[in-house]
Amino acid sequence: MIALGVESTADNLGIGIVTSDKQVLANILDIHVPQEGGIHPREAARHHSENMGTAIKKALDTAGVTGKDIDIIAFAQGPGLGPCLRTGATSARALAAYLGKPLVGVNHCVAHVEVGRMATGAEDPLTLYVSGGNTMVSGYESGRYRIFGETLDIAIGNCLDTFARAAGLEYPGGPDIERKAKLGEKLIPLPYTVKGMDLSYSGLLTAITGELETGKHSVEDLCFSLQETAYAMLGEITERALAHTGKPELLLTGGVAANKRLAGIVNDIAEEHGAEPFIVPIRLAADNGAMIAWTGIEAYNAGVRTPVETSHVNPNWRMDQVEVPWRS
Amino acid sequence: MEELIARGAEADLVLRDWNGLMVIVKTRKPKKYRHPELDYRLRKTRTNHESSIICKAKESGVPTPLLYQVDNENAVIVMEYVEGTKIRDLVDCLTDEERMSLFVQIGRHAGQLHRAGIIHGDLTTSNIIKSGDRVVFIDFGLSEVSYEVEKRGVDLNLMNRMLTSTHYAYQEQLLDAFMTGYRETMGNDAEEALDRMDEVAKRGRYIEKN
Repeated sequence: MIALGVESTADNLGIGIVTSDKQVLANILDIHVPQEGGIHPREAARHHSENMGTAIKKALDTAGVTGKDIDIIAFAQGPGLGPCLRTGATSARALAAYLGKPLVGVNHCVAHVEVGRMATGAEDPLTLYVSGGNTMVSGYESGRYRIFGETLDIAIGNCLDTFARAAGLEYPGGPDIERKAKLGEKLIPLPYTVKGMDLSYSGLLTAITGELETGKHSVEDLCFSLQETAYAMLGEITERALAHTGKPELLLTGGVAANKRLAGIVNDIAEEHGAEPFIVPIRLAADNGAMIAWTGIEAYNAGVRTPVETSHVNPNWRMDQVEVPWRS
Repeated sequence: MEELIARGAEADLVLRDWNGLMVIVKTRKPKKYRHPELDYRLRKTRTNHESSIICKAKESGVPTPLLYQVDNENAVIVMEYVEGTKIRDLVDCLTDEERMSLFVQIGRHAGQLHRAGIIHGDLTTSNIIKSGDRVVFIDFGLSEVSYEVEKRGVDLNLMNRMLTSTHYAYQEQLLDAFMTGYRETMGNDAEEALDRMDEVAKRGRYIEKN
């Protein structure tokens, strides 16, 4: 079976083509880079609709298949930015109708975990999923992915990007902050906010921005302190959830999984608790179409169908609202 | 005799004989993944908070372990060994009635803590032990002193999150029982804190707002 997946929850437009024996035939990415500021949902959606046709064609060409070879069309139904989600859903519906193939709506967060399992071979991991829009620790328990810990306000990637903009660093902020942090030495005291297995980044962002404005610190020290504090908080909630659930595996995914310091923390924690660590490679960890296609195959094989009448997008679709029949 | 009984996320708990008493030695070990300065700051302040707030909680009428010795510098607390079962492991083994009455009692204690200006900071079923007739609250490492509605709301949200993620089969029933007990001891201040609990939950990313 071959699935085509459409990912358009935020700034990444992704088209992936994946087979039921886990071959990623194509994984095309077209990223919307805002001219200034953060992601504007309408601008990102316009980018996606303008580039959708090209991306789909490129994916088919790369995979060496035609529309007729595709068995199902999967699309990210939520959570995410409404206008972006609607662009992807509209294209997926049109494609499914045109090719006469079934449509499968996929939860974006579930897809991150599923493709992570596919890519690394992890079977039943506790997952730390960190990106521009999400920060959560989840694990499978009786039919669903349960969320054990998450951010109470903004996501880690959002925190990093906003600071990077204020400091005049490159967009997205993560890689540039990581490079600068390597040269930092001084740890500036910053708010460290962990509430049980949840955390909060808004106070940290306000404080680091304030420290930047004092002009007293080098940007390297600021990046170093931000990373050390923000990632230690992630480490702590992950460790708490690992101790709580006793899961044998720990999976790191999402765009921020590319950060080497965070990957090191995850490896340390896994070792400490006798769990096996898995870091998802960045092409499949950041938002992409292959993860939607792969999860679409799993869902379809477990009987999930999304008729057009129920294919409306859900910008607030929580991961723990989704039945996961293919794992039970 | 010395036995490691739990390797939590934050500390190792060792059960041992100490001057003829069976005690728990709770040690917050350095985490190698944390910057040493940050690590030292967290271990020291949490040990300090835990010991002082455990005593304050007793004054409010909530059972907590007895403290025998505290060493902030090395982040070690020697305390009473509370024999019993964690609520987390008990929930599935009870009848409906027992479960309800247990959570009313937990709610009452949560109300007593909040009334006394204590925010537990990690209010989950892993941190409450049923020991005979007593319901003992443990692990005050993330606790703080505050009368703010916001902090009460965050504390209550933690309990509700735990019910949703771990005790999903009984979430509504247990939350109702918890709120009944909480209202009993918090009186007129209860509603404001419970409303804030809902508000805090909705503040998260991607939550149905209606």
